[in-house]
Amino acid sequence: MKVKLLCLAAALFGGLLLGMEAMVPAPAQDVPVVAAAADLQFALAEVAEAFTKETEREVTLTFGSSGNFFRQIQQGGPFQMFLSADEQFVFDLTAKGLTVDDGTLYAVGRIVIIAPHSSPLKADGSLADLKAALADGRMQKFAIANPAHTPYGRRAEEALRHLGLWDAIKDRLVLGENVSQAAQFATSSDTQGGIIAYSLALSPDMSKLGTYALIPDDWHEPLRQRMALIKGAGETARAFYAFMQSPNARAIMRRYGLALPGESS
Amino acid sequence: MDWDALWLSLRLGGLTVLALIPLAVAVGRFLAVRSFRGKAILEAAIALPLVLPPTVLGFYLLVAFGSGSWLGQAYERLVGHTLVFSFQGLLVASVIINIPFAVQPIQRAFEAIAPDLRDAAATCGMSWWRMVRRIELPLAWPGILTGMVLTFAHTLGEFGVVLMVGGSIPGETKTIAISIYDRVQAFDDVAAARMAALLLLISLVAIALSYALTQRIGRRHA
Repeated sequence: MKVKLLCLAAALFGGLLLGMEAMVPAPAQDVPVVAAAADLQFALAEVAEAFTKETEREVTLTFGSSGNFFRQIQQGGPFQMFLSADEQFVFDLTAKGLTVDDGTLYAVGRIVIIAPHSSPLKADGSLADLKAALADGRMQKFAIANPAHTPYGRRAEEALRHLGLWDAIKDRLVLGENVSQAAQFATSSDTQGGIIAYSLALSPDMSKLGTYALIPDDWHEPLRQRMALIKGAGETARAFYAFMQSPNARAIMRRYGLALPGESS
Repeated sequence: MDWDALWLSLRLGGLTVLALIPLAVAVGRFLAVRSFRGKAILEAAIALPLVLPPTVLGFYLLVAFGSGSWLGQAYERLVGHTLVFSFQGLLVASVIINIPFAVQPIQRAFEAIAPDLRDAAATCGMSWWRMVRRIELPLAWPGILTGMVLTFAHTLGEFGVVLMVGGSIPGETKTIAISIYDRVQAFDDVAAARMAALLLLISLVAIALSYALTQRIGRRHA
């Protein structure tokens, strides 16, 4: 009896798996994998949606730290296009002959200070309250992306150094593995705030969690973000690369604070 | 070489063993000698961290210990800082993750003790406590030792949960495994290679030591 029941359960389970398999549409001919910096999480998803609507082609997006992708592309990772948060990675890949050309600038990123609603810290772009909070002990933990290897973390460090706050805040930093994780930390109310990408703060999900303010962009090196097609990129990847430069895509990018020089955000 | 991170990992491993082993001996022996309704469910719950992705544990720990939860708030009121992003938080996470690594070998060791032996001890008028201390613990010792070594080595190697709830704070939550990841991300392969080799060596020595000791103890009792 027990054995019969077990067999039945196994058969049902197997059938379920097969059924789920069948529900997934057979992979289309040309769905390239696009590697994108973590700050593009929300903006690029929208761009890809618009792209699919317009062209009926699909791309698969994968988000992570630019440095990680840089390494994976060198080791032959299966990406057809790379959107880096730091243009140097693209230049280095071009120098190694791995990209089609030296690509296109697609945004100059901005950083913001963000504080969860429950935080005693007031998010102001001058970072005046951050300075005060460090002095009076309101500031316990502050999240940024890891400056050792992420562009956004480096810019956050530069801005904090610019104000002479680095030494005071160093020991209270919580470091995100990439800027998305830093944003999650900064809005989790386990910290009193953090410095993250403007593009993430502008997403509806994030702006629900806290208040933010832009940090002046002359307090840090510019976050020049560049994209390039990887050698061997197919037709869909090339179409997506072109679409990224269309007015339609630019409008979405600008809405997420990912403007180009000369564009108003 | 990130000595701070290594020392942090060794401390975390040692404290996890200290915190977990007494508990694991109690639970392991209980499971070995008793049978009761729902035992399978309890054993499954104990084995759960073996199969759960570290990200699932990390997520629940964030939810359970974050300052959004009553547990996190109570802890914060008591200690003055949050459990997430702190060494204590890693210790709690590490104890939970290592439950099966500690309990299972210890339970097996107590199960291997013949019930006759216990009966004989009782017949000879040995008190329960004396029997546990003089007969059961020495016999179960190889299993306990295996549990200790596995827990220690596994703590050194834990990565996913630490990445999610740690925040890579030097001297606080930046373990050697995280430090290796950081160095790889920063394209500092030399430092990463050095630390990776050291971690490999420590793990190998720990496991070899446990095997050697278990064998020796096994022979002594044979």
